[in-house]
Amino acid sequence: MHRTSAIELRGISKFFPGVIANKDITLNIYAGEIHALLGENGAGKSTLISILAGLHQPDAGTIVIEGMERQLGSPRDSLLSGIGTVFQHVLLAPTLSVIENLMLGGSWRNKLDKEASLSRFNELCSLLAVTIDPEALVGSLSLGQRQQVEIMRALWRGGERVLILDEPTSMLTPQGVVELGHVMKRLRENGVAIVFVTHKLREAYELCDRISVLRNGAFVGQINPDARSNMGEKETIDEIIRMMFDKGGQIDHDADHGGIDATVKSVLGGAQSGPNSLIAKEVSTSALPGECGLSDVSFKVANGEIFGIAGIDGNGQKHLAEVLVGQRDLTFGQIELDGEDITALKASQRRERGFRYLTDDRVGEGIISDHSIATNLVVKSIGEDPYWRYGFTMWRAIFAFARRQIERYDIRTPSERTPIGRLSGGNIQKALFAREIDEEAAIVVLNKPTYGLDLQNIESARDRIREGASRGITTVLISTELEELIDLADRIGVMYQGRMVGVVQAEAGSESRIGSLMTGASLN
Amino acid sequence: MRSQEIKVLRVSELARPAIRIIAPIILALVVGGLILVILGKDPLAYYWYVVKRGLLSWTGFQATLVRAAPLLFVAAGLIVAFRAGIWNLGVDGQFLLAAVLVAAVGSPLNMVIPNWAMIVICFVLAAATGAIWSLIPAYLKANHGINEIITTLMMTFIGISLANVLIKIPFNDPETTVPQTVTLAVEDRLPRMFDTIIHHGVLLGLIAVLFVHFLMTRTSFGLRLQVVGANPRAAIHAGLNVRLLTYVAFGLSAALAGMGGAVEILGVWGTVRADWNPAYGLLVVPLVFLARFHGIGTIAFVLFFAVLMIGGESASRRLGVPTFYVLVLVGLLLMFLAIVEYLDHRWRRATS
Repeated sequence: MHRTSAIELRGISKFFPGVIANKDITLNIYAGEIHALLGENGAGKSTLISILAGLHQPDAGTIVIEGMERQLGSPRDSLLSGIGTVFQHVLLAPTLSVIENLMLGGSWRNKLDKEASLSRFNELCSLLAVTIDPEALVGSLSLGQRQQVEIMRALWRGGERVLILDEPTSMLTPQGVVELGHVMKRLRENGVAIVFVTHKLREAYELCDRISVLRNGAFVGQINPDARSNMGEKETIDEIIRMMFDKGGQIDHDADHGGIDATVKSVLGGAQSGPNSLIAKEVSTSALPGECGLSDVSFKVANGEIFGIAGIDGNGQKHLAEVLVGQRDLTFGQIELDGEDITALKASQRRERGFRYLTDDRVGEGIISDHSIATNLVVKSIGEDPYWRYGFTMWRAIFAFARRQIERYDIRTPSERTPIGRLSGGNIQKALFAREIDEEAAIVVLNKPTYGLDLQNIESARDRIREGASRGITTVLISTELEELIDLADRIGVMYQGRMVGVVQAEAGSESRIGSLMTGASLN
Repeated sequence: MRSQEIKVLRVSELARPAIRIIAPIILALVVGGLILVILGKDPLAYYWYVVKRGLLSWTGFQATLVRAAPLLFVAAGLIVAFRAGIWNLGVDGQFLLAAVLVAAVGSPLNMVIPNWAMIVICFVLAAATGAIWSLIPAYLKANHGINEIITTLMMTFIGISLANVLIKIPFNDPETTVPQTVTLAVEDRLPRMFDTIIHHGVLLGLIAVLFVHFLMTRTSFGLRLQVVGANPRAAIHAGLNVRLLTYVAFGLSAALAGMGGAVEILGVWGTVRADWNPAYGLLVVPLVFLARFHGIGTIAFVLFFAVLMIGGESASRRLGVPTFYVLVLVGLLLMFLAIVEYLDHRWRRATS
C-alpha cells in the first residue's frame, strides 16, 4: 500500500528537570490517515504534541517534513508548516463571533478583510461538511460546534497537512463525538493526517486507522492499518491494553465477565468493622462544564487500609476527594464514618473528627504562597489551642512548632518565615504532608501525593503513607500511576467517567484488569 | 568573612523595602518639581512653603493633625479591606452618608441627652451607616462573585447623590440660605486637647489604625481574613467560611470609613453643606499601599500627606499654583509606586 509521510519524527527526546518526558521517539505520521496516540497520564503524549505544535523544542532528534529537516521554533512556525493543533480546552473568545475569532490571528498591519475571510470560512465549512453561522457568538455555540470552529482555526492558514486533536472527545456529548468522527473522515479523504490523542480505547478503535502507544515517555508499539483490519475489536483492545499497562502478565479475560455490580456489592457486603471505617454510599455530585461529577459511587475503606483510586485524570477523582472531606456538596447519597451519617458535616468539622486532605492542586488551593511556611503549617487550625489563646495569635509558639516540623519532615528552607511559594515543589509537598498527616489524623485522603516529585521525595512520601496506614490511619489514595497504587494499596477502585466501574485486589499482574477498566474498554 | 557576607545580606534585605517606599516619593517630588518649573514657579520655594506651613508653624501643625483624623479612620478601614483582599473603593460614599446622618441627628440629640451620649450614639450611627452602605457590594461579591471595585465605586456615586438629597430635603436647616444641615454648636463638638484646636478625634484615629493593625496581624480573626484575601480557594480548602468573612470584612472596613465621617463632622464642621464631598478615600488608597498595609507605616504616610494637603493649600495661594497641584503629586506618587513595584518584581525574578 502506498503511503506518504506527512511528518517524520526521528529520535525525539525531551528532558525536564528530573523527568524524561520523551525518550528517543521515532514515529511516522502518514497523510490521509487517522493516527491514534495512546498512553497513560504521564506517558509523554502531551509533550510530544507540544513539540509538534511548536511549544517545546526537542532536546534531541529531528522533525522531517517533505524530506526536509524543520525547526518548529514557535507555534507560528508550526502553523506555517501546515500543522494545526486543537487543544483539549477550547481557546476561543466567547464574546466574539465565529468569523471574528477566526480572523484574530491575522496580520495587524492589514485591514480586516471580512469578504476573503468569509469565503475561506465557507470553503472550510464544505471541507468539513458542517454548517455554522459565521455571525453567531462563540459563547452561544455548543461545545461540539466550538470544537469545529477550533478545527477551522487550526486549518485556517491553508496548506493543511497535519491536524492534531488533543483529547477532543472529553468534553463532547455522544452526538458530538459522532459529528467529530464525520469531520475527521472528511479531512482524511482530503489527504490530511490526523493525530488523535485519547484515553478511550473504544474510540481509538472505531475512529483510527493506526494506533501508537507510548509508555513512560517511550514508543512501545503500534498497530498498523493492515494488522488492525485483521484483528477484531476485542483482540485489538486487549493488545493496546497489553502495550499500555502490562509487564508481561496475562490478561484475565474471565475477570471481565465477572460483572461490575457483583464486584462492588461484594466489597460492601464483606466489609470488616473497626474504628474509622469510611463508607461512601451511592454518592453523586453535579459538575460544571469541564468538570467530571460523580454518579452513584459506593465503596468502603476499613481502618488501617489503603484504598487506591485509579483512573485517567479527570474521571471524577477530584470530586470524590472533595466529597469525602466535606469540601463539596453531594446531590445524592451519603458518607458514613463508623456507621454514623456525616454527610452534613462541613470540612472544618470533619477535620476535627480526624479527616485530612492532601490536595493535588498544591499551589492553587493547598498553600498561600505569599505567607510564611509557619502560617501555612497551621492554616487549617486557625484559632485552636495551643497556637491561639483567646483569639490571640501565639506567633512565637507557631514559629517554634514550624521549626520542629521543618526538622522532622526535612523541609529545605532558609527559615520558617520564608514565603512558602519560594520553595521547590518537593518541599512544598513535604510541608503539606507535615500539615495533613499529624498525630490526630484518622482518615486521610491523598490526591496524587507523589505527582511531580523527584525519586527520593517519592520514596519518602510513600514511606509516610505506609507508615500512616500501619498506625491505623484509614487512607484513600488517588493516583494516576498504577505502579504506585499496586505497590501501596490493598484494594483499588477504578473510576471511569464519574463512576466506580470496579474494585480490584492490588497485586502484581492486576495492571491489565485495572487498565481495561479505566479506559472504558470493559464496558458495553 | 562569613559574618561580613551575612551583614551585607541583612543590609540589602533592610534597604530594599526602604528603597521601595522612599523611591516613589522622591521621584514624585522631583517630577512634580519639574512640572512647577515648566509652569514658571520655583519648586524649592513651593516645597519649603509646604513644610513651613504644614509642619513648622504652630497653627499649620495643628491644622495638619486635625486633617489627619478622618484620613486615619479611612486608612484603618482600607487596611482591613485590602488585607482581606477586598477592594473597598466605596469609602467615600460610606464616609459621606455617615457624615450627613451624624450632622442631621447630632444637634437635635444634643438637646435631649448628655453631650457624651450624643457623641457615642453618633459614632455608632456612623459605623452602622457605613456598614449598611457596604451590604450590597458585599452581597454581590460573596454570593455572586461580582467584582467589588465596580460595585463599591457605583455605590459611592449613588451615596453622594443620596447625601445631597438628604441635605436638601429632609435634613435641610430652613434658617440658612445655602442648603445644609442644622449646625452643631462649637462647644458641643468633640472636646479639644489642652489649649489647641486639635480635637480628640485625632487620638481616636490613631487608636483605630493601631487597633486594626493588631487585629489583622495578631489575632485568629485577622489571620482568617488574610487567608481569604491572599487565596480564597485555600481558604475554602482550610474550611473557612469565606462568605461570612467577606461580609464581615466589608462591614468592618465600611464602619471605620463611616466613623471617619463622624470625626470630621463632630470635630470640625458641625454641619454638612450640599455638594460637600472631600473625597478623602481615594487619596488615602495610595498611602495605604505605600505602607504595604502596615499600621505604623500608614500613620506616617497619612501624617506626611496631611502636611502636604495643609501646606499645599497655603503654598498654592502664596505662589499662585492651583490647589489641585497636590492631586498631581498624588497621581505621580501612585504612578511611581506602580513602576517601582514592577521593577522590584522583575529584579526579584531575575535574581531568584
